Amino acid sequence: MSEQGVQVPRALASGPSAFIPAKEILKGGPNQDVLIESFLSLGRVDHISMVMAMHPAYLCCFLKTQHALLEMDGPLPRHWRHYIAVMAAARHHCSYLVQQHSAGYLEAGGEESWLSGLEHAPAKLRSLQTLNKLLAHRPWLITQQHIQELVCPGAEPRWSLAELIHAVVLMAHAHSLCSFVWGCGLNPEPDHIGGYTFQPPSLSHSPHSPAHSPAHEDGRHELADGAVEVEVLMKRMVELQQQQEEECTQEEMVTRFERERSESIPTAVVRGAPPDLVLRLVEEPEFRYEDFAPRGEQAPPTMRAQDYSWEDHGFSLLNRLLPDMGQLLDENFQIVCNLTYHRMAMHEGVDTHTLRKALWNYIHCLYGIRYDDYDYGSVNVLLERSLKVFVKTMACHPEQTTARIYHSFWRHFRHSEKVHANLIVMEARLQAALLYILRAITHYMR
Amino acid sequence: MEKMSRVTTALGSNAISGRTMFCHLDAPANAISVCRDATQVVVAGRNIFKIYALEEEQFVEKLNLRVGRKPSLNFSCADVMWHQMEENLLATAATNGAVVTWNLGKPSRNKQDQLFTEHKRTVNKVCFHPTEVYMLLSGSQDGFMKCFDLRKKESVSTFSGQSESVRDVQFSMKDYFTFAASFENGNVQLWDIRRPDRYERMFTAHTGPVFCCDWHPDDRGWLATGGRDKMVKVWDMTTNRAKEIYCVQTIASVARVKWRPERKFHLATCSMMVDHNIYVWDIRRPFIPFATFEEHKDVTTGIVWRHQHDPHFLLSGSKDSTLYQHMFKDATRPVDKANPEGLCFGLLGDLAFAAKESLITSDANRKPYPGGDRRYPMFFFKKPDPTEQFAHVSSALSVFETDLDSHRMDWFVKTAQLYLLSGKPFAELCDHNAKVAQELKRPQVSTTWTMLRIMFSDPANLATPGPNHNLGKLGTLPLMNSFSLKDLGSGMGAESRLERSKGESRQDNIHLEPGNSYISNNEENEETEGSEGHPEYMFGDAELDDDDLYSMEHDNQTEEQEYTLPQEAFQLRHEIVDNPSAPEHLQQDKADSPHVSGNEAEVTCLTPIESFSLISISQPLFSPHLPASFFCPIVREMLSYYAEQGDVQMAVSVLIVLGDRIRKEIDDLTQEHWYMSYIDLLQRFELWNVSNEVIKLSTCSAITCLNQTSTTLHINCSNCKRPMSNKGWICDRCHQCASVCAVCHHVVKGLFVWCQGCSHGGHLEHMMNWLKSSAHCPAGCGHLCEYT
Repeated sequence: MSEQGVQVPRALASGPSAFIPAKEILKGGPNQDVLIESFLSLGRVDHISMVMAMHPAYLCCFLKTQHALLEMDGPLPRHWRHYIAVMAAARHHCSYLVQQHSAGYLEAGGEESWLSGLEHAPAKLRSLQTLNKLLAHRPWLITQQHIQELVCPGAEPRWSLAELIHAVVLMAHAHSLCSFVWGCGLNPEPDHIGGYTFQPPSLSHSPHSPAHSPAHEDGRHELADGAVEVEVLMKRMVELQQQQEEECTQEEMVTRFERERSESIPTAVVRGAPPDLVLRLVEEPEFRYEDFAPRGEQAPPTMRAQDYSWEDHGFSLLNRLLPDMGQLLDENFQIVCNLTYHRMAMHEGVDTHTLRKALWNYIHCLYGIRYDDYDYGSVNVLLERSLKVFVKTMACHPEQTTARIYHSFWRHFRHSEKVHANLIVMEARLQAALLYILRAITHYMR
Repeated sequence: MEKMSRVTTALGSNAISGRTMFCHLDAPANAISVCRDATQVVVAGRNIFKIYALEEEQFVEKLNLRVGRKPSLNFSCADVMWHQMEENLLATAATNGAVVTWNLGKPSRNKQDQLFTEHKRTVNKVCFHPTEVYMLLSGSQDGFMKCFDLRKKESVSTFSGQSESVRDVQFSMKDYFTFAASFENGNVQLWDIRRPDRYERMFTAHTGPVFCCDWHPDDRGWLATGGRDKMVKVWDMTTNRAKEIYCVQTIASVARVKWRPERKFHLATCSMMVDHNIYVWDIRRPFIPFATFEEHKDVTTGIVWRHQHDPHFLLSGSKDSTLYQHMFKDATRPVDKANPEGLCFGLLGDLAFAAKESLITSDANRKPYPGGDRRYPMFFFKKPDPTEQFAHVSSALSVFETDLDSHRMDWFVKTAQLYLLSGKPFAELCDHNAKVAQELKRPQVSTTWTMLRIMFSDPANLATPGPNHNLGKLGTLPLMNSFSLKDLGSGMGAESRLERSKGESRQDNIHLEPGNSYISNNEENEETEGSEGHPEYMFGDAELDDDDLYSMEHDNQTEEQEYTLPQEAFQLRHEIVDNPSAPEHLQQDKADSPHVSGNEAEVTCLTPIESFSLISISQPLFSPHLPASFFCPIVREMLSYYAEQGDVQMAVSVLIVLGDRIRKEIDDLTQEHWYMSYIDLLQRFELWNVSNEVIKLSTCSAITCLNQTSTTLHINCSNCKRPMSNKGWICDRCHQCASVCAVCHHVVKGLFVWCQGCSHGGHLEHMMNWLKSSAHCPAGCGHLCEYT
């Protein structure tokens, strides 16, 4: 073809992720089946699947959920579903997902003009904007009024409860997936903007060299130092597990929770403006996650996990309105919560439960969900600052994740372990957002 | 009566009395418990921990246990239990994982007695041993159960469920050493309190969490469990394997279950989400609750029978911050509201009727069903159980057949198929449908369509498509027509109608208003009058009788426009409506059909010989430009009239064709009801296409979503005949491409269309093109495929 004067594009990225070396990801092994299946159903193996394939048990479940959300029976037409996902992904400036779902949208027979701007989409879809915005950045602000505006009989355009819940799950799913995409530094697919070039490869300087992980570059001479870090962490975990809980006043527990919640973690890295492709699909792009004010200054209300939990309340409501979805999401959450390989960095046979729990609860804490029976002091003990920076960035401002943030935490852990952390952030975030919106719907139905 | 006497003996001298009553709490309750002598109740929640005395007429707050300026999280209770032996002893489960006991006998304000902080996570349940004073059991989110001896500072034994969170623990009422625990993963375990190393027995009771369990107070082997899967199950534990003996399906996840005292088969349930009622079930009748308490406005979180031997008092606490005492006699009995009679029409007018046998047999005239006595088959029969409190109803089923000819529904099918509901301008749709009705000899319907066209088309639009040149010339015509209608509702017209109705018997509204549709603008009639240049307005009638036919002539040659008030027409209208032979009536007699048809022919060629002169007004009183919305009330009533008459087809068709013009006028529920009935009818007649079209065109969200459910199509591989799981075009098992286009022989990955007759098919476009030129199947199987 090139002889005929047709420019042949060349894939730019040298692997699915900019953070993780390709050879780490494509180790092959027992996860082949899942990938084959994913290839057969999507016609390609996208970068998301490739990275997730490090945890095949989860990938399997994730694909099933995604398939059910986007393709299976449901109250919303297929092209709408993709469009809603596009709207949601755009909030986090995630051009990867925007392009993925735009393609899906067009394939499902959607009109091209909608993609050129929100104003071309039907009013009914546009009416989701407020919810989309809140769900992405400050889900605790969602009240039953927001639901009522869309669902009550007088509303124009009116959403049915089943449609709304479908849309809401789609949005929450897309938001949290954005976290994953940014957090793993996924490269654009070869057919995405920025994923290919017409320039011939230059030998001297690779244009988009995958960032070298510090762990690989200078892992040798830091190993001793790092090993100590891991040792310390492990020791703390064991201590925490054995430690007899000292009697704490409620005051003290609340203080600990609030301290975690409002701890200032520098996340705001100024980035270049998002691509136009994304920007035209966002209303009020300046609406972001807001750090909780330090205690005393009108802290936003806390949601008590004991009052509205996924197991007791969220699941039942979701399953009622969108049969099967509750089950699938429940499976997702369970797999992520229980996923462990009993190892940490270079150690085998470790019970990582406390560490995973701390991560999960820390993310919920960032979203203002508090567990009465959890001592937030242990978050401080177990999560080093660089990890907190990473988690908070990913959970709250995923678009600001950088390679530096990714590489600076858990420097001696495997990449697959970091992806594991990513998965926890993603699912915890999804559950937090769902809890808020489902609670609002429950209140509306009351 | 015998029961009652036993109750009183059980209660001894201090029999309980009271009434249904409630009190407001300051905060939502999470759990309640009652003391042994049934005089006090404790309410616990995140922000509340109080004791109320149960008095005859009201609840009286006795004690607030939540003391201190900043109460610790230990006060945030997930569960509470009052000891059934020791009346000063209470235990609570705190959301932070603490188990706390309280001694009401303490002199200080703070009654806290012991504090156990051994659980790492929220404690979901505490349970005192029914006979042992110092033994307390707890179950926690961390998956452990702990047994405490209240004389010691820490737990005496720990039981590990080896699985997920414990949701409920209950000591057996009869077996001293046994307790049951239910888990979040759906399991139920039985433990011996002396053996903390492993459970005695485990079985999976539910899919998803088992939120609660309760031992039967009398029958030692029975355990009731309730779960997130919306089921209550009763297990017989006496056999080797736990056996499910009863199952009740509720409408929401089951949060609590409590056996009713003194009633072996009764239990009370409340739900965790959405549903706020408390149900009492007779487990042998799992389909309808025995009794319902509907007082709460938010989910009920705690239920308890006030006294362990009194089945008449139920206490409940709720998230709506109220505490209720329910009297059993005040409960709603859903079974009373349930209709014991069943009635159903067959497609062709057969009528099946089931009713209490007593009702039917008293009817001596009943003739046996020709095809043998079709009274209910024996397998419905159930042995009466004297302890069951349900009234026994045995029903008889009768089937009434109709004479086939008199109830032909051909017109329905034809109409459904021929009507146009969308795709053309409004006026054309009306004309088309009018014509269809005309051809089916349904003049009233036909004229209704015509009227609708006139009412809702704006004059400019009407003039152009009108096939009649007269219409074109006389631009004012539709306005005049509108005018005569306007009179009906307003000013003079109303007055004159009042006067008139004095002399008449009272007419009911439904009959009155739809009659307007009789004012017809019959186009064919105008055609015949074309030469004279006199448009003809007819108040058409179904009777052949000339006296009943009034036509109104309007002289449009006069200088000042003359409007005519169709007063006489109104009187006439009533006669028409009341006329039993009006063709629209469903109970149309056989003899009517030819009659009507002849009549119709007559109408079309009638000339205005006998025009009555009517009151004329020489000045236009009203602006000739009437907004279409003016007619909405009339049309609305017209639609209700049709629906009432059983012709829901007309109601729905008009609704769709008028669309936004009328939609807002009719409340959503009615619309939905009409749509549902029509769709149901269409589907019974297997008119799938029409029914689909109607669903698609409907504007009710409840209807349109019918099209969005169960849209999955399951297919089998054409090669190995096994179901295809993944994608439609490649089989996972035999790795063959299953769907190959019969025309181009390539794999079809997109839309695959196939013939329902020979099941060959292919790409949509290819099939379309092929069948344009050939009638036979492209696969060469010889089948005559059809593509529509």
